[in-house]
Amino acid sequence: MMKQIKIFSAEFRLLEEMLDTYKNIPGSLITVLQKAQEIYGYLPTEVLSLIADGLEIPVAKVFGVASFYTQFRFQPVGKYLILLCKGTACHVNASQAIEQAIEEELGIKDGQTTPDGLFTLKNVACLGCCSLSPVMMVNEDTYGSLTPDKTKKILQKLRELSA
Amino acid sequence: MKIAVGQGSCGTAAGAGKIFSLLQKSISNGGLEADLTITGCIGMCFLEPIVDIYDDAGLKRLVKVTENDVEAITDYIKTGTASKIEHLLITGEDNAFLTKQTRVALRHFGLINPEDINDYIAAEGYTALKKALAMTPGEVIDEVKLSGLAGRGGAGFPTWFKWDAARKSEGNPKYLICNADEGDPGAFMDRAIIESDPHLLIEGMLIAAYAIGADNAVVYVRAEYPLAILRLTKALEQAAAAGFLGESILGTAFGCDIRIKAGAGAFVCGEETALIESLEGNRGMPRLKPPFPAESGYWGKPSNINNVETYANVPWILLNGGPAFASMGTEDSKGTKVFALTGKVKRGGLVEIPMGKTLRDVIFDIGGGIRGDARFKGVQMGGPSGGCIPASLIDTPIDYKKLGALGAIMGSGGMVVMDDSTCMVGIAKFFLDFTAKESCGKCVHCRIGTKRLLEILERICAGEAKPGDGELLEELGKEVKSGSLCGLGQSAPNPVLSTLNYYKSEYEAHIHEHKCPAHECKSLIMYLIDSEKCTGCTLCAKKCPVGAIAGEVKKPHAIDNDLCTKCGNCYQVCKFGAVRIL
Repeated sequence: MMKQIKIFSAEFRLLEEMLDTYKNIPGSLITVLQKAQEIYGYLPTEVLSLIADGLEIPVAKVFGVASFYTQFRFQPVGKYLILLCKGTACHVNASQAIEQAIEEELGIKDGQTTPDGLFTLKNVACLGCCSLSPVMMVNEDTYGSLTPDKTKKILQKLRELSA
Repeated sequence: MKIAVGQGSCGTAAGAGKIFSLLQKSISNGGLEADLTITGCIGMCFLEPIVDIYDDAGLKRLVKVTENDVEAITDYIKTGTASKIEHLLITGEDNAFLTKQTRVALRHFGLINPEDINDYIAAEGYTALKKALAMTPGEVIDEVKLSGLAGRGGAGFPTWFKWDAARKSEGNPKYLICNADEGDPGAFMDRAIIESDPHLLIEGMLIAAYAIGADNAVVYVRAEYPLAILRLTKALEQAAAAGFLGESILGTAFGCDIRIKAGAGAFVCGEETALIESLEGNRGMPRLKPPFPAESGYWGKPSNINNVETYANVPWILLNGGPAFASMGTEDSKGTKVFALTGKVKRGGLVEIPMGKTLRDVIFDIGGGIRGDARFKGVQMGGPSGGCIPASLIDTPIDYKKLGALGAIMGSGGMVVMDDSTCMVGIAKFFLDFTAKESCGKCVHCRIGTKRLLEILERICAGEAKPGDGELLEELGKEVKSGSLCGLGQSAPNPVLSTLNYYKSEYEAHIHEHKCPAHECKSLIMYLIDSEKCTGCTLCAKKCPVGAIAGEVKKPHAIDNDLCTKCGNCYQVCKFGAVRIL
């Protein structure tokens, strides 16, 4: 679903101000994309065009850079963003089983969002908490030493909290 | 009395933040006299959360502290009754994890508050910078040359050489860059250094900037490290306020600013020219070398790039002299190195040891051996660019050349320990999945070669191997190495080639017998119930998500392998060891 970018919205004003700040600083495209994602939660196509206009660079370049880095997303994420660590230590300690448990519990795969907009699952390379492996982060909270059962219970609890 | 709660990312993830706020509350509510503070990572991740109590009796280190223990700690602060916290005290055995290390880059870990510059200054902080500024840049480089310090990010290139090249290079301005884009899954020492001792990095960078003649520096740090960015931001503000940054530092003609640039998530940006592209706001695709960054780097100007740990060694070298650093280590590799010890090891965390210690020293002596006393199968070193070293070579001394000769690399220092339950074909597949996704796409050999390697490994693990797949992997692996521009492609086949070399029989079992000896590849295993051991307790049937287990109560059950999804639940829950894997 495409978000309509409203010209008179607070978000739009923030974007305009930010583009004003950075348009004369060479090499700031990635920073601009990061700030835009902070404003909108993701990078809507229209915002990519606005950035291209604002920085006076081709929109192909903006999209090329945005699509290169894993941090940038082009779809909104759910209320709970699950970052499942797929680092080496987690792999050795069976993160595969945790991914399976999440898929079973939520019915989504890596990169997808539940239809109710509650959960998004994203596999990440390494969260750097290797001694707690297997690990996942849900928004700001880290959960370590996971088992499939424990993972399902955490997700169930979060779902109850939002009910 | 001083109480310090270890708050690195690991500690926080284990719940240290909650313990800190509970302690804070009980201290202020009770009007207790205790100075509560934070410290960074202590490096003993396996014992987190850790609370250190300093009083007249010295240090009491409490480990694996839970929220329920806060009351007992409060009681100790109030009355000095130690009996209720005794069970939390670190054991001598666990403490040996620390005492057996030689800490240079990590020497302030657990001892200072990373958010307070005064703690750092009290620990001889910024004295190395003073010393350096009283020397000529050439003398500083000579000292680093004497130390034998080599790049700790992976390649192991002599640090002084890069500095010297950048210093002598024509062009103005010059830039100093810190590579904190620690993308190797399983390595976290750079994050820990920034979180636990950010001023050490700043001081090391300032010395380097002075040596090469740069007045502008930038730290390129992974966006996935929010706490590191936060602490470094604070540290930079404090350093600037204290006159260690900006113009005429310490009253000299030398001035330098340091700023932070958050990366956006791309493993290839660990490669220095890709990192520069990313700094300039482009896709992080490596440039052709030469010209090297020392001649033409950031915005085409002379630039020097080192990683966090490299800079973190510099102040110690200036304070103690290059020869003192060089006296540690081996002929080929000088000084100490930090390793992130993880995987199936009993004690995981950050280990800093002099080069030349053996893998056995690290994994068994310091790490305490394998969890559950399982058999040690091998250790993966250097992440996606590295290789696996088998149990038979555990007495190999750790140095750049010796590890390289075994097909592994020092890399940034990731050390993932594996036991018999890890499939080595699976580990190769795991890394190729990573590099295939992270390949920037510039070189055909890397872009397509890693994908093809991955496909071959996938079919081997799925039981669909073709005859000659082993040979094909080897041939293609060598092609990818020789046909790629940067370190990512040149080293991407290492995990495949090293496992093929040391665990050939495991590949053969997969390819020819369609068996996975580690019982990890689902397509190659089958669950069976031993009718003699099965008591008919029905637990497995209840836990089976697809209803593949049937049987009457108190009679042996059986698994319908057409329905079985091999989730392993039955194997996990059986209390009688009746479920077997074939």
